[in-house]
Amino acid sequence: MTEQALVDFRANFAKALNDKQLRRNLTKAMDSLRLKRKAVFADKEALERLRSVGNAIRRRSLSKLPELLEKLEKKCTENGIQVHWAETKAEANQVFLDIIRRHQASRVIKGKSMVSEETHLNHFLEEQGVEVLETDLGEYIIQLDHETPSHIIVPAIHKNRDQIAHLFHEKIPDTPYTEVIEELNAIARKTLRQKFFAGEIGVSGVNFAVAETGTLCLVENEGNGRMCTTVPPVHIAIMGLEKVVEKLEDVPPLLRLLTGSATGQMITTYFNMITSPRKPGEKDGPREVHLVILDNGRSNILADPELRQTLQCIRCGACLNHCPVYTRLGGHAYGYVYPGPIGSILTPQLEGLQNAGTMAFASTLCGACAEVCPVKIPLTDILRLLRNKSYDTQDSPTAVEGHGYKKNVSEDLAWKGWTAMNTHPAFNTLSTRMLGLIGVHLPRVGPLKGWTSVRTAPKFAKKSLHQLAKERGLSDE
Amino acid sequence: MPDRPDKAYFFGTCLIDLCYPQAGLAGIELLQREGINVIFPQGQSCCGQPAFNSGFPAEARAVARQQLKCFSKDYPIVVPSGSCAGMLKHHYPELFVGEPEAEEARRFADRVYELTEFLVKVLDIHLEDRGKPIKVTWHSSCHALREMGVVEHSKALVRQLRNVELIELQKEHECCGFGGTFAIKLPEISAAMVGDKVADVRQTGAELLLAGDCGCLLNISGAMEYQNIPIPAKHIAEFILERVND
Amino acid sequence: MSSARERVFANLHAAMQRGGFKVPETGTPLPLTLSRQERIDRLKTLMENMHTEVYVVKADDWLNVLKELLRQRSLNGLVYGPGTPLAAALEPSWENDLPPLIPYNEEIEQFKDRLFAIDAGITTTRGGIAETGALILWPDAREPRLLSLVPAVHIALLQADTIYNTFAEAMNSERWQEGMPTNALLISGPSKTADIELVLTFGVHGPKELIVLIVD
Repeated sequence: MTEQALVDFRANFAKALNDKQLRRNLTKAMDSLRLKRKAVFADKEALERLRSVGNAIRRRSLSKLPELLEKLEKKCTENGIQVHWAETKAEANQVFLDIIRRHQASRVIKGKSMVSEETHLNHFLEEQGVEVLETDLGEYIIQLDHETPSHIIVPAIHKNRDQIAHLFHEKIPDTPYTEVIEELNAIARKTLRQKFFAGEIGVSGVNFAVAETGTLCLVENEGNGRMCTTVPPVHIAIMGLEKVVEKLEDVPPLLRLLTGSATGQMITTYFNMITSPRKPGEKDGPREVHLVILDNGRSNILADPELRQTLQCIRCGACLNHCPVYTRLGGHAYGYVYPGPIGSILTPQLEGLQNAGTMAFASTLCGACAEVCPVKIPLTDILRLLRNKSYDTQDSPTAVEGHGYKKNVSEDLAWKGWTAMNTHPAFNTLSTRMLGLIGVHLPRVGPLKGWTSVRTAPKFAKKSLHQLAKERGLSDE
Repeated sequence: MPDRPDKAYFFGTCLIDLCYPQAGLAGIELLQREGINVIFPQGQSCCGQPAFNSGFPAEARAVARQQLKCFSKDYPIVVPSGSCAGMLKHHYPELFVGEPEAEEARRFADRVYELTEFLVKVLDIHLEDRGKPIKVTWHSSCHALREMGVVEHSKALVRQLRNVELIELQKEHECCGFGGTFAIKLPEISAAMVGDKVADVRQTGAELLLAGDCGCLLNISGAMEYQNIPIPAKHIAEFILERVND
Repeated sequence: MSSARERVFANLHAAMQRGGFKVPETGTPLPLTLSRQERIDRLKTLMENMHTEVYVVKADDWLNVLKELLRQRSLNGLVYGPGTPLAAALEPSWENDLPPLIPYNEEIEQFKDRLFAIDAGITTTRGGIAETGALILWPDAREPRLLSLVPAVHIALLQADTIYNTFAEAMNSERWQEGMPTNALLISGPSKTADIELVLTFGVHGPKELIVLIVD
């Protein structure tokens, strides 16, 4: 069940499309991210080979998911990492709170984690009186403005420097107004350094968790992730249960795919592999490391052989950057944590089709997402499947929650009519002739209204190709 | 290169049938000029994609079955649309998994060619340009690009025409926003997309927009006409035929 | 009520019952095989592209180069990990006109105030990766993790012989899977961000400068 009010997708979409500043900010950023990815994967053959490797690794991981998770738990525990399980968002949040309370801590510093966005961890902890500070620059910016990420990799991409300049000037004490990006970064560095210094609990996500060795891998550029996982005495990492991979040797190809697809980088500044808390004799690093493994509907997704490919995702965001719909709307219009093509296949499965099913229809099925997906998730096929399920009232063991929500008599009738017209040649001839007679005088109501708000109406030819072919005496074998 | 056949089926597509029959005829004539005996089954209708993409697979299958019936002989099936060709070639086999026609759908799919692909790959066509110098730009349909992978064939044909200058769009690989029922279900997003596509067409300075798919043509030319932008749009088959006939 | 763990695994096992898992053979990425010199050159070029200062130095000269680099900067100190061969080379030869050498010899709880105030840190490295341009570090009891993170300047010493073609090669030939350290790190440059308008800026939360001495 969703905990938020129903999202008014159409109103959100219209609002986003009318925001000219947002459109400019997004277009510029997305164009740049696409070019960077293209440059880093210039060798097509190498890329295709790497994508096949990535796909195989992720499929293998999912094919033995329970076994790998047990192994991960065992290895982590042996290494001194404390593993916690959460079936729901609320359970995950409670694990955090219990640890924080046990340490009588009140200052949490956080590296970027989409799963913690999914569980609305910050909101939960703040209600409990815990200060939670986002330390990734993009996350810090949107936290200052009480926003959620609009992109899973570059969370503040909807804002430009002027907007950030105003925000810093207003929200950070004693901060002069500046639009110089280097100066804005310096302001964040100075402010956050004090927070790293004083943080009591560090929180991070996990990019890959290696079952073989019990290792948590984190990808980042800024160093805030390393700060959060090294300076405070306690580190809590949270991951979706699909993030596990079998072997250490699975990591290098996925890392290349992730950084290249996300930001066009051959590698990020830091790749941080954590296998244990501080050992005796070591001088820094947290004394406690906790790993929270969240289900939140993922195990249900695993049940369906087609839909489970959703769980192959390594959260690179390339599908967002290449999606003609996302690049015009930005993430907020989708109303849920995960936007764009991956969000449009994942969210309806997590939140129910009746709540988020519209997302599966917010695509032209152009295929740009599937073309760039580093682990070859057939996003368009899954979008189509979710559309089918939106009308399918039949119950099955792998049914998606809210299936059949869209079923209605008028659409049923329309498609029945369409089917009849296209399966009975005589009927087809009759209807094309009738449309030919209507010609350019179509009534501009109903579905055609949206079309004609920016286009002229389709003009029907006087004679169909069927008629012309017959007149030309083409053989009808 | 596959053997040059004597006969070929022509799958006209529903949009061409209704709105762009001249483009269909042009495709047929280009094949006939190359000595192909073109068969046009009168029972044909739509590839089924509108229902297939809208959540109605059973309806799509019923319509697809009608096409399997009409194109049953072992001739190549030539389609003047990358999108419909993609449906016939790549989605028919999956649509009939577990159905009695599964094998038939696979064999059918093997025979499907997009028109420009057929002209280049199978017929090795050589075009003699008789037209006046003209600047054109080219819009790739998403399915021609990604499902069929035939865009280079289309552009190769345009480049064979010596008086035609092809100016590429800045974002040639970006969808125009048609998406079948998408344009009707989410018209605001579709409008934003086609708006950007029109701007891209304009900045090329081209006198004519070419495309190989009538869905895209309907969308982009409808938007240009609405904005009173005097750039006509044409299906590539019609354009080529005019150039070689002039 | 059953534990969250039991419920999650019950869900997972139920899902696995549906079957239909198709697992293709895991192939390998295109191999990369460079000569020793090519590996050095590639690492240097790629890391320089990411605003790292890279110097290829002779084994008997690296200390002089290091001192020269330090003299060019006004730094209030250089923190290092005592007990390493690097420390053994630095300690006896340190000169008065250089930033004072500060050993990281206490636990972070005691050392934090000082560490956050020191301008530069120096570490050894375990190796390098030519393919993507990166250093491999396995911080340990002698060279703690924050040495390469908190000071604004990070200087790293890299032995040319330890530069691998790829990350996978480093991992496999050193058999990392048999025993991972508390923390293993790859570092490819100074800390950076592009979170504002995708404009790349160096020196956000971690070091503003990374200096690599490749000892050839």
